[in-house]
Amino acid sequence: MNNLDIFSENDMARRSVDAVIKLSEKFKKDKGRLPVLMEVCGSHTMAFAKTGIKQRLSEHVKLIAGPGCPVCVTDQKSIDAMIQLSEIPDTIICTFGDMMRVPGSKYSLMKAKTEGKDIRVVYSPLESVKIAQNNPDKEVVFLGIGFETTIPVLALAVRDAENLELSNYTIWMTTKLVEPVLRSLLDSGEVMVDGLLLPGHVSVVLGKKSYDFLMNEYKVPSVITGFEPVQLLTGIYKSVDLLLHQKAEVINDYPHVVKNEGNLVARRLLEKYFKLNDEAWRGMSKIPNSGLVFKDRYARFDAKKKFNVHVKEPRKTKCRCGEIIKGSINPEECVLFNKGCTPTHPIGPCMVSTEGTCAAHYQYMREE
Amino acid sequence: MCLGVPAKVLEVSKENALVDVMGSRMYVGTVFVPEVKKGDYVLLHAGQGMTIVDQKFAMESMEEWRRVLNE
Repeated sequence: MNNLDIFSENDMARRSVDAVIKLSEKFKKDKGRLPVLMEVCGSHTMAFAKTGIKQRLSEHVKLIAGPGCPVCVTDQKSIDAMIQLSEIPDTIICTFGDMMRVPGSKYSLMKAKTEGKDIRVVYSPLESVKIAQNNPDKEVVFLGIGFETTIPVLALAVRDAENLELSNYTIWMTTKLVEPVLRSLLDSGEVMVDGLLLPGHVSVVLGKKSYDFLMNEYKVPSVITGFEPVQLLTGIYKSVDLLLHQKAEVINDYPHVVKNEGNLVARRLLEKYFKLNDEAWRGMSKIPNSGLVFKDRYARFDAKKKFNVHVKEPRKTKCRCGEIIKGSINPEECVLFNKGCTPTHPIGPCMVSTEGTCAAHYQYMREE
Repeated sequence: MCLGVPAKVLEVSKENALVDVMGSRMYVGTVFVPEVKKGDYVLLHAGQGMTIVDQKFAMESMEEWRRVLNE
């Protein structure tokens, strides 16, 4: 428990909390319950826990974590397949660090590395292209997980590999798109949500306009927000204000960073290399057109086509990460939380990732 | 994975820029911010500048990062 004491040292934060409480009291009086907001982004989940905002507002606003942590939403079969890739001789696996400790059915990438498999953590997918260039006698596979913030950088890596005419570089694509999963959640009716706090950095690529469907089709008030305490609080304030006034608008409360049209260079690059694909999400099966795969022209960079990896259907465990990423339950409702599953011995990805709901809950919010 | 840290652009070359990220210097990509120029602030993700932000926002954001890192 080491929340930042933002409310004693930051006057803006204190006043913002007071303002949120005042509005939520009005909502409670009108509706007889708390307003329920989903923070879609995993970084928001971590920031709400770390700053103490979630605890401070627990009796005034119900904040539930959504499906915005890229590691957490990757289904078990994909994780098993990525780990199995590392067993192919003369193969170098490159990955973002978050993936290393995610448990597969048998073991993690970290364990595979300790057993001598060539697995390298990179900061950027472009580093993996250089590794391929420097190791022409090896196959280099980048584990391409991520949302719209990361996918343009994957496209850049493919562009570089194409320019260098590399024949030993591929990406194992398990990318995820925000709009389809939001539609799926809202259509399912499984989670009662009054409003959405939309991801700040995914929105850099997508732009505010891409969320018009929330306003036009679903009538869900939504606010694009940043990651700092006052930004998080004003995001909540504006959401509850929209609810009170029954306005289903999309507000861009991160305008210094997020533009109306998004990043057109990034979006054009996505369109050049990738096409829509049905993608499996942890706990949600396949969602139509919710991911991207290589266009046929670039199939030579597709690790799924190049390597013959077949994995068994994973055994069911008591891990409830699938329900946690949908916002159906909170971490303490999982029987494994803080018992069999801890950050040093994680059972599911939500306890591993730096954006994972269980990791945030364990680090900052659990009762000791 | 989705957090972006503001970086001050010190030098711009083709598709790359030398930036200062809270005292550390590094080269980052600028493909997604082709209009970037010396003195701008960019938000970084996976080694790429993803958007140009104004100085006031960048300074406030860095101050917040410093505070978090000093905890």
